[in-house]
Amino acid sequence: MSQCLLEASDLSMRFGGLLAVDQMALNIRTGEIVSMIGPNGAGKTTVFNCLTGFYQPTGGKILFKGQAVEKLPGFKIARLGVVRTFQNVRLFKAMTVLENLLVAQHRHLNTGLLAGLFKTPSFRKSEKAATERAAFWLDKVGLTEFANREAGNLAYGQQRRLEIARCMVTDPELLMLDEPAAGLNPNETSELDELISDLRKSHGVSVLLIEHDMKLVMDISDRIYVINQGRPLASGTPEEVRNNPEVIKAYLGE
Amino acid sequence: MGEAGFYFIQQLLNGLTVGSTYALIAIGYTMVYGIIGMINFAHGEIYMIGSYVAFAVLAALALMGIDSVTLMLSAAFIISIIITSTYGFAIERVAYRPLRNSNRLIALISAIGMSIFLQNYVRIAQGSRDIAMPSLITGGWSFGPEDGFNITLSYMQVVIFIITFITMTLLTLFISRSRMGRACRACAEDLGMTRLLGINTNQVISLTFVIGAALAAVAGVLLGLYYGVINPYIGFLAGLKAFTAAVLGGIGSIPGAVLGGLILGVTEAFTAGYFSTEYKDVVAFSLLVLILLFRPTGILGKPEVEKV
Repeated sequence: MSQCLLEASDLSMRFGGLLAVDQMALNIRTGEIVSMIGPNGAGKTTVFNCLTGFYQPTGGKILFKGQAVEKLPGFKIARLGVVRTFQNVRLFKAMTVLENLLVAQHRHLNTGLLAGLFKTPSFRKSEKAATERAAFWLDKVGLTEFANREAGNLAYGQQRRLEIARCMVTDPELLMLDEPAAGLNPNETSELDELISDLRKSHGVSVLLIEHDMKLVMDISDRIYVINQGRPLASGTPEEVRNNPEVIKAYLGE
Repeated sequence: MGEAGFYFIQQLLNGLTVGSTYALIAIGYTMVYGIIGMINFAHGEIYMIGSYVAFAVLAALALMGIDSVTLMLSAAFIISIIITSTYGFAIERVAYRPLRNSNRLIALISAIGMSIFLQNYVRIAQGSRDIAMPSLITGGWSFGPEDGFNITLSYMQVVIFIITFITMTLLTLFISRSRMGRACRACAEDLGMTRLLGINTNQVISLTFVIGAALAAVAGVLLGLYYGVINPYIGFLAGLKAFTAAVLGGIGSIPGAVLGGLILGVTEAFTAGYFSTEYKDVVAFSLLVLILLFRPTGILGKPEVEKV
């Protein structure tokens, strides 16, 4: 069995009187694709927000590669290699497609002010490397011809793909996608399916997915967590989850 | 061209001179607002401190017997920029960062408090009297008929145009070309997302305050020399004027701040030239009220899109 990349235990998130996440336990092993499913309002996105430091969980522990991260600010968790997308597209819409990918590599680059103003050789070199890296991912998600277009002018499906590319240029170990197939047509969804599988196969990234498209989830996941009212209802392989009477009850009624 | 034409051009030149320095200060308001959505009401005080530092530097150099204008001017700019940048950085750390996640109103009140503190601190340290700035750059050109109205363009005005132009060009290059500039733009669009990409947004916010303060220092040196007189209260009015300029152009937009500054400067000059000097502030702030009533997003500002 491969190593645990991310391990959350007893994770709780309380907003005033509302317990949005209640004693959630979740783990992701290196190289796995894990999905979270559950009805709207079940707390899936809240779990995402806790894992990425967007919220500070009110209880529980989160270990990423053995390091406790539940108290770290978001940018530090990102630097450890956890990167995410949101339900709604959050690109830098006024910047070009290429700039979106360059800004994501910001922390890897030499950001000296003078180096930038005077375009020193080392600056040029690292800028060139960043641009090449961006070009690689643009090609991968099929957006090369739109490199200099404003991101806000792309079609919706393209914006979704650009978001994934923007995550990937940061060289993450864990990619967290919040409903990546929302608003995509069946064709685009199957492209997304292939893209995610390829990211794991060729780039070794582990994936945590929130998704309502059951076909995509069943097709792509190694394991699935079913969440209901902030609590884990069931977990297991797609096969196990599909045949779990609890799940059938929650989803389909008796 | 008749006398009226010359007079018009003279007012236009005067307006653009003052307006370009308003623009420099306005950029500081607009950049900070663009990223963290707060009005830094202590920004006018930074400009005032810039003037005082320039005075101190010029006086010290004069005492040492240095009389090269270039040297004196460069020293005044450099030292003033360094010191006000430190103030800008420190103000953000002390008065705004701890309040980042609280209600906007609380940060605003903190900013007003900071403004009062700085004003009084300079008043106690330097006295409340007017201080005469040395006239470093004198003379100018005159154009016009022998016996009619002449247009005067002083060398000081030319210096103001050149320095503000260089400063704004550098800023534009920085924002559009450099990596930190790219990060600034990303922060202005979506601070939370930028943070999740692993960028230390606090660093970017600090940088914004430092840049704003540096630009205010440039304006402080220039306007101090142009008007020839400084006191601890000049920051209040200049700050409000620059704020008006930023709102006029569309707060959050850097080109908007420049445009707003120039329009405000020219409006004031025409009011003073054709109507009455006493009314120029009335007109300037009436402009602010009108803009807020009829076009709150300003000339170049985009309507705020509610984030879902």
